[in-house]
Amino acid sequence: MSSVAIVGAAETTELGVVPTMSQIQLHADAALNALADAGLTAADIDGVATAGESPTAIAHYLGITPEWVDGTQVGGCSFMIHVRHAVAAIQQGLCETVLITHGESGRSRIGAGNFRGGGGSATLAGQFESPYGVVGPPTMFTLPVLRYMKDFGMTHEQLAMVAVVQREWASKNPRASFRDLITVADVLKSRMIAYPFHLLECCLVTDGGGALILVSGERAADFPQKPVYVIGTGESVETPMVSQMEDLTSSRAFRVAGQRAMKSAGISHDDVHHMMIYDAFAHLPIYGLEDLGFCQRGEAASFIWEGNTRPGGKLPLNTNGGGLSYMHSGMYGMYALQESVRQLRGIAPAQVPGAEISLCLGVGGMFGASGCVVMSNIGP
Amino acid sequence: MTKESRPLPRPTPETQHFWDGTKLGELRLQRCADCEHVYFPPRPFCPSCSSRSVRVFKASGRGRLLSYVINQRPHPAWDAPYAIAIVELDEGPRMMSNIVGCDQTPEALQLDMPLAVTFEKVSDDIALPLFTPVGGAR
Repeated sequence: MSSVAIVGAAETTELGVVPTMSQIQLHADAALNALADAGLTAADIDGVATAGESPTAIAHYLGITPEWVDGTQVGGCSFMIHVRHAVAAIQQGLCETVLITHGESGRSRIGAGNFRGGGGSATLAGQFESPYGVVGPPTMFTLPVLRYMKDFGMTHEQLAMVAVVQREWASKNPRASFRDLITVADVLKSRMIAYPFHLLECCLVTDGGGALILVSGERAADFPQKPVYVIGTGESVETPMVSQMEDLTSSRAFRVAGQRAMKSAGISHDDVHHMMIYDAFAHLPIYGLEDLGFCQRGEAASFIWEGNTRPGGKLPLNTNGGGLSYMHSGMYGMYALQESVRQLRGIAPAQVPGAEISLCLGVGGMFGASGCVVMSNIGP
Repeated sequence: MTKESRPLPRPTPETQHFWDGTKLGELRLQRCADCEHVYFPPRPFCPSCSSRSVRVFKASGRGRLLSYVINQRPHPAWDAPYAIAIVELDEGPRMMSNIVGCDQTPEALQLDMPLAVTFEKVSDDIALPLFTPVGGAR
């Protein structure tokens, strides 16, 4: 199979609180920035993938006549899965130049629909979860963690350390929403949201967007930026109801998508220089490190506590500050991908020296779905 | 516990037997006639072997507290804090529920403690399965 490369990547001009833009304009602002990054215009795009808005709405708004579209919408990892589908589409000749967009007025809620899980009262989640008082992701995504803490002896302090380390990364990033260094005590003193989760262990809610442009590897040298090659991908889904996870201490979707991505990339754990794990809440990096085999079961919290993922550590993780400190619009996966691309281009605010392979693991819903993308700046 | 009404489930043809059961004080599960797999939530086929040959049966109503959070965020139907729990039934399946008859604190809510189902009538059509510590611990 021929290779596929990311040749355009950009976020919205502004991130954080952006009351001047509607949701579809956040998609478009990111798309226009990515097109400029790649030296293209909308007329050059023949494939469109997006989530949160329909590909129809995005293509029409941007003035694109696509010959391939993908509206896969499985939550915040949809964009990882779009990358995977775009690679296959380009390799099969279904289209040549794919634009993937994300935009979300998560905080300002301008031109945005309601962000509610589960759908109506007759869905399975509506019948078997909503009646018990769930109030959005902070009361659902968090539900498995007490089980993990009892089974593996993880402490409240260890969970808090995830947020501390990511704030350390964010302190190096001028675009991060929160940049002041914090301590474990600060995290444990912050307001309780849903025991055992404190405010600083929960993601931000902000506005923003991002976009990627993918072409075949043969064309990659024709573009102005250093190409970032997609060398492995995986995707899976598990359950729309967190109460129905097979194992409350491990995500099946992480395991399936992550292992498939690493196998298809032909890499081992030691080959990964840089890693992004979608962190809507502080336990997600712990689950991701274990489910992808970077740590043994029950050992990821100690791995983070000991400093392995912090600046200067052997496995730099969530180097933009993550959903906990950088930004989180609702479907954060696009921002994780953008940080992987920046690291492999060598232009990240907290650059990992010599990073050549980045692994980016996304989650959708409440452990409901996963997409994983392995990227390299070394051509095939 | 509740202020306004909770969000109420709207049964579908595939789940009606479950909600009929809770009104009668029964927690109903399904078992595959071919592979014996017991599962939840309801559906008219086995998620383990795809057989359509499944039977409804009355479960023991016993289980254990598998995990939970104690929500502090406002909800129109509850006074926070209140626990949202995952219960593992003795027959194997898990379900979300609330734990009643005990304090909503980490000290009172010990993981793996035994639970028994109780039913709360929340409308003319719906009774919800809730769980209480066995022995009525408080």
